[in-house]
Amino acid sequence: MLTVPMKKGAPVSGEPVIDLSVPVGDKVEKTTCYMCACRCGINVHLRDGKVRYIEGNRDHPVNKGVLCGKGSAGIMQHYSPARLRAPMKRVGPRGSGQFEEISWDEALGLATDWLSDVRKKDPKQLAFFTGRDQSQSLTGLWAMQFGTPNFAAHGGFCSVNMAAGGLYTFGGAFWEFGDPDWELTKYFMLFGVAEDHASNPIKMGIGLLKERGAKIVSVNPVRTGYNAVADEWVGIRPGTDGLFVGALIHELFRNQTVDLDYLVRYTNAPWLVIEDPGAKDHGLFARGEDGDPLVYDKASGGFASAMRVDTTPALTGVRTLEDGRKARPVFELMAERYLGDEYSPAAVASQIGVAAEDIRRIAKELANVAFEQEIVLDQPWTDWAGRRHEKMIGRPVSMHAMRGISAHSNGFHTCRLIHILQILLGSIDCPGGFRYKPPYPKQAPPWLLPHGALQDIRPEEPLGGPHLGFPLGPQHLLIDDDKPARIDKGFSWDAPMSAHGLMHMVINNAAKQDPYKIDVLFMYMANMAWNSSMNVPGTIENLTAKDDNGDYVIPKIIYSDAYYSEMVPYADLILPDTTYLERWDCISLLDRPISTAEMAADSIRHPVVKPDRDVRGFQEVLIDLAARLGFPAFTNEDGSAKFPGGYPDYMVNHERKPGVGPLAGWRGKDGSRVGRGDPNPDQLQRYLENGAFFAHELTPEQAYFKHANKAYLEWAVDVGFRTVAKPTIFQLYCEPLQAFRLAAEGHGERQPPESHRERIRTYFDPLPFWYQPFEEAMVADGDYPLHAITQRPMHMYHSWGSQNAWLRQITAANRLYIHHDLGKSVGVKDDDWVWLASHQGRVKCQVRLMDGCNRDTVWTWNAIGKRRGAWGLDDDSPEANQGFLLNHLISELLPEGGGGYRYSNSDPITGQAAWFDLRVSIKRADGDGETEPRFEPTARGGLPPSPDKLAYGEEFKKADR
Amino acid sequence: MTSLPATTNKKLGLVIDLDICVGCHACATSCKEWNTGGYSAPLSDHDPYGGDPSGAWLNRVHAFEVGEGANAKTVHFPRSCLHCETPDCVTVCPTGASYKREEDGIVLVNPDTCIGCKLCSWACPYGAREYDYDDGVMKKCTLCVDRIYNESIPEVDRIPACVRACPTGARGFGDLGDPDSDVSKNVAARGGYNLLDEFGYKPVNKYLPPRAPVSVAGTKSDRPAEQVPKPDGSAVERLFAWADQALSR
Repeated sequence: MLTVPMKKGAPVSGEPVIDLSVPVGDKVEKTTCYMCACRCGINVHLRDGKVRYIEGNRDHPVNKGVLCGKGSAGIMQHYSPARLRAPMKRVGPRGSGQFEEISWDEALGLATDWLSDVRKKDPKQLAFFTGRDQSQSLTGLWAMQFGTPNFAAHGGFCSVNMAAGGLYTFGGAFWEFGDPDWELTKYFMLFGVAEDHASNPIKMGIGLLKERGAKIVSVNPVRTGYNAVADEWVGIRPGTDGLFVGALIHELFRNQTVDLDYLVRYTNAPWLVIEDPGAKDHGLFARGEDGDPLVYDKASGGFASAMRVDTTPALTGVRTLEDGRKARPVFELMAERYLGDEYSPAAVASQIGVAAEDIRRIAKELANVAFEQEIVLDQPWTDWAGRRHEKMIGRPVSMHAMRGISAHSNGFHTCRLIHILQILLGSIDCPGGFRYKPPYPKQAPPWLLPHGALQDIRPEEPLGGPHLGFPLGPQHLLIDDDKPARIDKGFSWDAPMSAHGLMHMVINNAAKQDPYKIDVLFMYMANMAWNSSMNVPGTIENLTAKDDNGDYVIPKIIYSDAYYSEMVPYADLILPDTTYLERWDCISLLDRPISTAEMAADSIRHPVVKPDRDVRGFQEVLIDLAARLGFPAFTNEDGSAKFPGGYPDYMVNHERKPGVGPLAGWRGKDGSRVGRGDPNPDQLQRYLENGAFFAHELTPEQAYFKHANKAYLEWAVDVGFRTVAKPTIFQLYCEPLQAFRLAAEGHGERQPPESHRERIRTYFDPLPFWYQPFEEAMVADGDYPLHAITQRPMHMYHSWGSQNAWLRQITAANRLYIHHDLGKSVGVKDDDWVWLASHQGRVKCQVRLMDGCNRDTVWTWNAIGKRRGAWGLDDDSPEANQGFLLNHLISELLPEGGGGYRYSNSDPITGQAAWFDLRVSIKRADGDGETEPRFEPTARGGLPPSPDKLAYGEEFKKADR
Repeated sequence: MTSLPATTNKKLGLVIDLDICVGCHACATSCKEWNTGGYSAPLSDHDPYGGDPSGAWLNRVHAFEVGEGANAKTVHFPRSCLHCETPDCVTVCPTGASYKREEDGIVLVNPDTCIGCKLCSWACPYGAREYDYDDGVMKKCTLCVDRIYNESIPEVDRIPACVRACPTGARGFGDLGDPDSDVSKNVAARGGYNLLDEFGYKPVNKYLPPRAPVSVAGTKSDRPAEQVPKPDGSAVERLFAWADQALSR
């Protein structure tokens, strides 16, 4: 080894001479992480073609240089022995894990045969669902071009309540659509955020708040992770957050601490609602001849369009419309509801497990920070109506919420309640508040309707538009009579506003052939035979169910994954995906943006390591299949492939509408255009030169009040984010819900069937309200007295497979965490075994006692438990023998209700899977041993044995010496 | 037995903020990742896909609950070599493989002369030394000595991998022998403390204790709680009267 004495760090005599300036590698490639859903920028240091080191990209808008525990363990994910090696065809029975490797020609030929047969016969017999898909603008387009109505990604069991609740209310949502103003906020409330969602941005933000001395209040049944560093912990009972927030709103109204100016300027608080019970328009907005909602203008003493700015709209007062009917402003209806007894702190305290005086105090703190500590920025801006404002006034209260809100059957309304709390405080997109991330805000609700009605499904023809959207009333449901058009019953009376679909119902419905039979189930990166399904034993039965002829009821299953997950053995044809370091990808603004509040951004992945296996990126394969199947958007008139260069070719040259494509940066022939412009053949080169991302910074004038900011809105139209520069008006009162309710009350051509009428009438309330989660209401309290919830540990949140050799050294088996008091009453201590039972089944697991946990709640780390045979793990691994899933206890269907119909275990509005509604009982288990249920091991899918020793990096050292 | 330098020119070390650490393990895995290919390469893993996976890690995060009842919360405690000023782990070394650098105070193991006797790990009360069963030598935090002086990487990145990765900013790096350094000033301001100070090894690394919870005053607009506010009664009427102001759009 050649050593060069260095100026600094030089050894003194007698100390060993060490080379302090060994180059890290021979090449650095910048790309995008995929160890979870955050999509941080990474610098991948390579040495002799191997990955030496991965660090955060300092220039990247998402992570600004930092990198979390998963991202820093990416090497082990990339070199995992569980990686699939070649296309495979099933040769044993489903579930056996017996496969034979086949060529890509054979695999793609087989897939094309199966798919073209369906497309010619009846396109809806394909169900195409993608899991942790970060390319939904491509996979959605592919499904549209196929012509099937059956497409969605994993949002239905993740966070559709958050997305729909936010988008219907204020055209944005938490996480990908907006962030707290980390730089300026003084009071931050974190609802139901386990150690996840999002990863680095929240961690960086919490660090900033702590440095500045802002108060952090965590509302969560469990006090770990982010909640452990909060200044105040509200250890709420699961599923009661809506009551808590309702009580805060009650207090704001009672103390007259709401931002009336903000309400009049930006919300529908003054809009008049028709009060004419029994009429077909009862509860809808009173509208003028031009269709605009009406307000009562105190200045003129008459009605005026709500869109006019030269008015003095009344927030109170019963008005008589020209036709003699009564109408009242939204503000009055809201105030009456939330000032009602049922939302008083005294009334909710015992139900939610938070003292009334604490609720009152928090409401007063919120009001103090919002109104007595307002922030004034000397930044002029012009509103949508052209009026110049010299300053930006901020109410420095911000909020963030996630799974603990969304994964309940009352999550949509709870999410709306949180947004209403933010809006009453005047804290949406103001300095110190919650900030939209472009391309948000959209209109509220977004102008996008779902497509896939039965009459629109025709052989060999594309669907008329995107699958997922935002119905405004029964006229937009995808039903024929009452029969759902979609296999997951999305946009049917079961879940009318299911903006992300119901992936959790697909396999169950397909096996029951309800609403119809499908021929091909095609899935990507979704571990449905294990931790991504409710009721794993039932799901496995459904995947293997046979008809009277002995044929599988779901005849063909195609699956793409990079790893040998539990789902792989249940597929008939495997299309092996690459790792994230081997692929092209496009993190598009047409999809789930990576923007920050200050900048619109998108990014790419590109192959930084060559695959050493016969694998192909899934998106590459989709584009290949699209050409083979002759999809119009993927073929030229002569039938040849439109994107012969595959995925990168598509990323540059596909146009969704003229000038708008998957990537927003460096458009136009010379690369000078942002957002809208001709395809630029050098576009990917420009991305690579810029560190694999593009970011366009907003001007200070555009930075806040984006929902009503002329400079922002006009720019958003220019780049294609919005169609018109009209403001987004916050919908405190959500009229589409009333449209559904009116149908349930007997109005209109499309009404729910009798079985669904009462449910629609009850839950489609235009003002959010709290109700008891369904499972809790349906199972006897005494039988299942406890809540059971899950979170992912930070070092595994949203990561694909905990087979990672480093991460599993941190957590290889989960425990059931219970409160010390519960432990005492059950008679167990740390590591003792218990039976945990629900109305669905029971699981045997080991406990760990703690204090920082709601007394009525037990919880565990999700997705640690693995099935023997999967993920390249040995049969004796803790994941398979001590690790367990709560999924076995969660039913995908609710218990039978009136009339014998079993609804899905979901939110009645959005269809969001209600994972966190689970109710359980606990009792001591005799003896020790292993977790139950355990499933038969599957064969290892032909993977070579995993190594019994790793010495990663040894080769680098040898090279140095 | 190995002797320590009388003094060191610098006291390089880490300052770990327990108020901010959320336990994400970024410091642990980024450390593993850097060092398995760096000065300490490799950091071996045994049974990595089997029943008892274990390996050499130079930095680990422990999570445990402190407090009781409503005050109970999980604390995340990153632990690595503290680069003590008077460490027994060096003086017990029979071969001189363990040494403390005079230049900067970093405690290192020379893998070429370490015989794997493990005396140093017995001497360390912090459990900060990691025996690599594969390599047969002792390994430990080097403060990324092969990063902090590395002229082949940008100057801004010449910090330990764990500090570079930490998403919350809970880790600082600098000269704790210089009272004017940022880390020293932070330690002074926040009451940074030595881990197990009573052992007398004078650890250079410092831990910052959790801050007192932030408290916020209530609004002046404070009405006495009503036992039973009536939706058709006083609270609603009062609110409507208040909201009946001239508000222009």
